[in-house]
Amino acid sequence: MNAVNAGGWKPTMGETGESAVPQTASGDYGLMLEEALIFELGAKDKCGVDFEAVDRAPASGLSKFLRKSAPDLPGLTEPEAVRHYTRLSRQNYAIDLGPFPLGSCTMKHNPRLNETVARLPGFADVHPMQPQTTVQGALEVIEQLADWLIALTGMASVAMSPKAGAHGELCGLLCIRAALDARGETRDVVLVPESAHGTNPATAAFAGFKVQSIPATPDGRVDVAALKEKLGPNVAGVMITNPNTCGLFESELKTIADAVHAAGGYVYCDGANFNAIVGKVRPGDLGVDAMHINLHKTFSTPHGGGGPGAGPVVLSAALAPFAPLPFVTRGADGGIHLVEEENRGEGHSQAFGRMVAFHGQMGMFTRALTYILSHGADGLRQVAEDAVLNANYVLRTCEDVLPAPFAKSGPCMHEALFSEAGLAEGFSTLDIAKGLIDEGFHPMTVYFPLVVKGAMLIEPTETESKAGLDRFIASLRSLAERAKAGDQSLHSAPHFAPRRRLDETQAARKPVLVWQG
Amino acid sequence: MRYLPLTPADRAEMLGTIGAASVDDLFADVPEEARLSGPIEGLPMHASEMAVERHMTKLAAKNLSAGSAPFFLGAGAYRHHVPASVDHLIQRGEFLTAYTPYQPEIAQGTLQVLFEFQTQVARLLGTDIANASMYDGSTACWEAILMAARVTRKGKAVLSGGLHPHYGEVVRTMAKFTGDEIHSLATGLTAEPDDAAVIGAIDEATSCVVVQYPDVLGRIPDLAAIAEAAHAKGALLVAVVTEPVALGLIEAPGTLGADIVVGEGQSLGVGLQFGGPYLGLLGCREKFVRQMPGRLCGQTVDAEGKRGFVLTLSTREQHIRREKATSNICTNSGLCALAFSIHLTLLGGEGLAQLAGVNHARAQAMVERLTRIPGVELLNHAYFNEATLILPRDARDVVRELAEREILGGVSLSRLFPAAEGLDKALLVTATETTSLEDIEAFATELEALLVGVPA
Repeated sequence: MNAVNAGGWKPTMGETGESAVPQTASGDYGLMLEEALIFELGAKDKCGVDFEAVDRAPASGLSKFLRKSAPDLPGLTEPEAVRHYTRLSRQNYAIDLGPFPLGSCTMKHNPRLNETVARLPGFADVHPMQPQTTVQGALEVIEQLADWLIALTGMASVAMSPKAGAHGELCGLLCIRAALDARGETRDVVLVPESAHGTNPATAAFAGFKVQSIPATPDGRVDVAALKEKLGPNVAGVMITNPNTCGLFESELKTIADAVHAAGGYVYCDGANFNAIVGKVRPGDLGVDAMHINLHKTFSTPHGGGGPGAGPVVLSAALAPFAPLPFVTRGADGGIHLVEEENRGEGHSQAFGRMVAFHGQMGMFTRALTYILSHGADGLRQVAEDAVLNANYVLRTCEDVLPAPFAKSGPCMHEALFSEAGLAEGFSTLDIAKGLIDEGFHPMTVYFPLVVKGAMLIEPTETESKAGLDRFIASLRSLAERAKAGDQSLHSAPHFAPRRRLDETQAARKPVLVWQG
Repeated sequence: MRYLPLTPADRAEMLGTIGAASVDDLFADVPEEARLSGPIEGLPMHASEMAVERHMTKLAAKNLSAGSAPFFLGAGAYRHHVPASVDHLIQRGEFLTAYTPYQPEIAQGTLQVLFEFQTQVARLLGTDIANASMYDGSTACWEAILMAARVTRKGKAVLSGGLHPHYGEVVRTMAKFTGDEIHSLATGLTAEPDDAAVIGAIDEATSCVVVQYPDVLGRIPDLAAIAEAAHAKGALLVAVVTEPVALGLIEAPGTLGADIVVGEGQSLGVGLQFGGPYLGLLGCREKFVRQMPGRLCGQTVDAEGKRGFVLTLSTREQHIRREKATSNICTNSGLCALAFSIHLTLLGGEGLAQLAGVNHARAQAMVERLTRIPGVELLNHAYFNEATLILPRDARDVVRELAEREILGGVSLSRLFPAAEGLDKALLVTATETTSLEDIEAFATELEALLVGVPA
């Protein structure tokens, strides 16, 4: 085991353990390595950092605030720490290991040049409150990325500071609130299709709106007639995902936008799926007023096991004046300026306020700009085409073994949607997903969108090769056949992962959220 | 194109399998008038790795990086030495290129890290529990106010004048739209923090008081007294920590009675990065767990009885509860949480205390040297690694003139509080373990030169 394990912890094999496998004394099995917690491995007085000696007492003003003893935090020396985290890393699946076809999440390859660039001291080691004359390059990165996002979406402006997609949604809705306030109108309803990401209704509620749901048509698109019926003087706007979460392009978006605008509302587009149309379609041409762009989806910044993201919001001319501070502009002197609270009078007096402490996700901006410059206008178009081609390839090579509820609605965009209908009694989407783990793949998005029972949403992305896709398809087809034939071994999958199925009910019933010794 | 594996032959073969004549057939659902016929005009075409790196390196070179000049900025973002192993470990592809751990059987690495992170954060902040991270300190601060309103069923928050002004702006911006009442106290140049004003502002309608510790001027409020006053009126104390290294030396807010503690975790592992991505910390009492925003990782067992970890209590969250969720947050700051956790593991409790000691000693040296300059006075005598100086002239001008001499000499309070009166001559200066005595001497020499001849 790694380091001193004071607690003597080792993994236990339950009674259902496979009897054919001999137990090892360590609990490890060759390269399948178990790892204890830092609280079991470390000690408060262990340290992986050396310090210069301090030869003075704390200032007297501080004496009444001093803590009585050092915090109860375990430490490890560098070799122990490197081993701990390296061993843990091996219990993760990742894009670097194979396809990660999570629908709507866009797990594409993360180019390493982006990582190198983000770590240049001129970007990584710059303070957000430095005098602006000393950060012109950083502000230029924001400006150049903003220019690209505006050009690619055909919109008037972009608010760069939101920290992630949901934060961008919030930014867009607050721009709508501010625009309505400026018109002296109180409209308190936002319409959200039932196929929307959960963040959409949550964001609308977070921004103080009431949410009304819009049904889908049998072909998987927004029910335009039902939407039009709901429009009225209390509707602030609609939130539409395009391409939508069924993987389909909302062909009627322009019609919807015209109707919403005629009724005095605004159109928010969830841009989570922009990667399907980047360089092929500009949302600004379809009547969109605000759309967030997940830089960690379309523009390849790494997801990092759950974040950070970045959610710039492109805005129409109607909403642009209300974008939050800070804001980057180029002055008459040729220099780039940051518009903050003190100088908002300089052309940005209607800003609705501030959403974050500083200027947004600079570390993501440098990565995204690097990615965009690498692809260029031609490469980004190819990105969308290949993403859509790969998804349609999966759709058409699997629809004979797994029902694809909207396969007759036309080509899919960047993701292919299947359902669990037709599996043997007692078999479900979960069995297919866990079976994929044993096949060496990350599962697809499951049970989303909610409009399809037992949904399986597969987004291969453009960075999968045909050979890689063919292997994935072969596995998926095999699993579908096994689930149809009632292969009981699927119920206990995964068999070959660091853990078998985990007891989520127990975790929620008696939450253990911190180590208790 | 180096990131696109499909060959022209692959594309042709796949189109044949699909039964489409061309890739444009796959975009048939896009109205024809909205389809672009070729690359968007006026934009550059694809470029080699070398060309892109050259372009970005030129942009980076236009910035004066903190490590290349004597550097004394803080104000919510701190420059600390991050051990080399941290950045190597977070770049392991298994961490870097994984998603949110929704399939726990193949995400135990990320999940165990989150469980360790939650425990480390709770112990550091002195709270029972902590979540798996927020976007940054400012958004965590707003979420804490919403959480306090849910817990107390009251809607008025009192903000100390020592709260970072950008955090205050975020709160006031959001409250405008939600209808929560925010009572913001003024920021004044007093040696002591505004504890008395905070306590005086608490009434029966107050859901929480929000107090930064140490505050934005570097002063240290008496959290225990504020907590007692808040609790007497049925309000919660939300403590805000923008410099977690301080907690190696001064008592943890939760231990002093804070009910919810939020923080900016950037100091440990994350780096300056011109303001983001950073790391929101949020810890609280265990009884508030179902009112918490954001992801939580919990311990459980697998089908063989082995210990394992999962995301849990997700019935609070947007993907389950939709408009009834406690927050709309989805993506958080996972990789920054990993960096924070690794850095804190390399330090350990004793190491964090030592690091805090070095920070404070450097700040003492800085304050002593700078206040030897005629006309320069120290505002607050209790400080950790950041203190407010009163200069004999406008501090904004001084900061600008120092920058011209390649000294990054602190943050003027009038940049932080542009609307406030009477802060013009106040300069917030910070020293950490990265600040050398030579840096301090260079700063003092240039500052003295700028102030010479100016009447105090």
